[in-house]
Amino acid sequence: MRDIYAWSAIGLIILASATGDVLLSYSMKRVGHVGELWKRSGMLALIGRILSIPTFALGLAAMGVAFYSLLFGLSWGNLSLVVPASASLTFVANAVAARIFLHERVGRRRWLAALLVAGGVVLMAI
Amino acid sequence: MTFRKYLVLAGITLFSTAGDSLLARGMKDSGSISLHNISGLLLVILNPWVALGILSLLAFFSCYMSALSWADLTYVLPATSLGYVLVAFIAHFGFHEMISPTRWIGIMMIAAGVAFAAAGPSVSPMRGHRAAEPSSEAVSQEVNS
Repeated sequence: MRDIYAWSAIGLIILASATGDVLLSYSMKRVGHVGELWKRSGMLALIGRILSIPTFALGLAAMGVAFYSLLFGLSWGNLSLVVPASASLTFVANAVAARIFLHERVGRRRWLAALLVAGGVVLMAI
Repeated sequence: MTFRKYLVLAGITLFSTAGDSLLARGMKDSGSISLHNISGLLLVILNPWVALGILSLLAFFSCYMSALSWADLTYVLPATSLGYVLVAFIAHFGFHEMISPTRWIGIMMIAAGVAFAAAGPSVSPMRGHRAAEPSSEAVSQEVNS
């Protein structure tokens, strides 16, 4: 019974954090290079610019859902199951989502990296 | 990739690992949380381990946002997954959770994958090309509006 709880928390983490990652990455690309903006116009202007992008708030909300699912998951399952299992599947979901929604060019090198990391994380979860 | 950028990626790894581990430590104190007891979920933030974990995760988030502003999501993510190797070490040495040979193989695969992605370009060639064009300003304005 605890396993079902842990795995449904894991499923929610994957969905919410993939959504959040894509939204946040999209938002930060629109903000531009954070280091240069900080130097040019200061921290407050930078924060203001980030907060003025609506998808950033949406991404944060999705990350909040993922965070609380992680808290639930960690109280129901082992650290060494919940963290790797949700990570590996989030990783694959993110690579696919980044390709579709962010139009990132995921070349042979990155697919290999994605598969190695996801496979490694699965092995860790066994 | 400059030294400062690698520093930001290292910050992602370290702070996310510290955050996860501190949270796990705090959650072990408070035991299982049930769906019937939502106030317990909010009060859990008062636990010092959980509070420290949340601070670490905030530091992680700043580094993560900074990295996402100059690198692809598919580039940053493998770098972040190095944290899961660290989590395994902490789970083993800190919480005395068992680490089997298969798990060690998994750890090595993750490390190899991270090295593979980190050695490649950090931004999609398409985007880098577009940024180099003089019309990029007009394009980004169009996107922003």
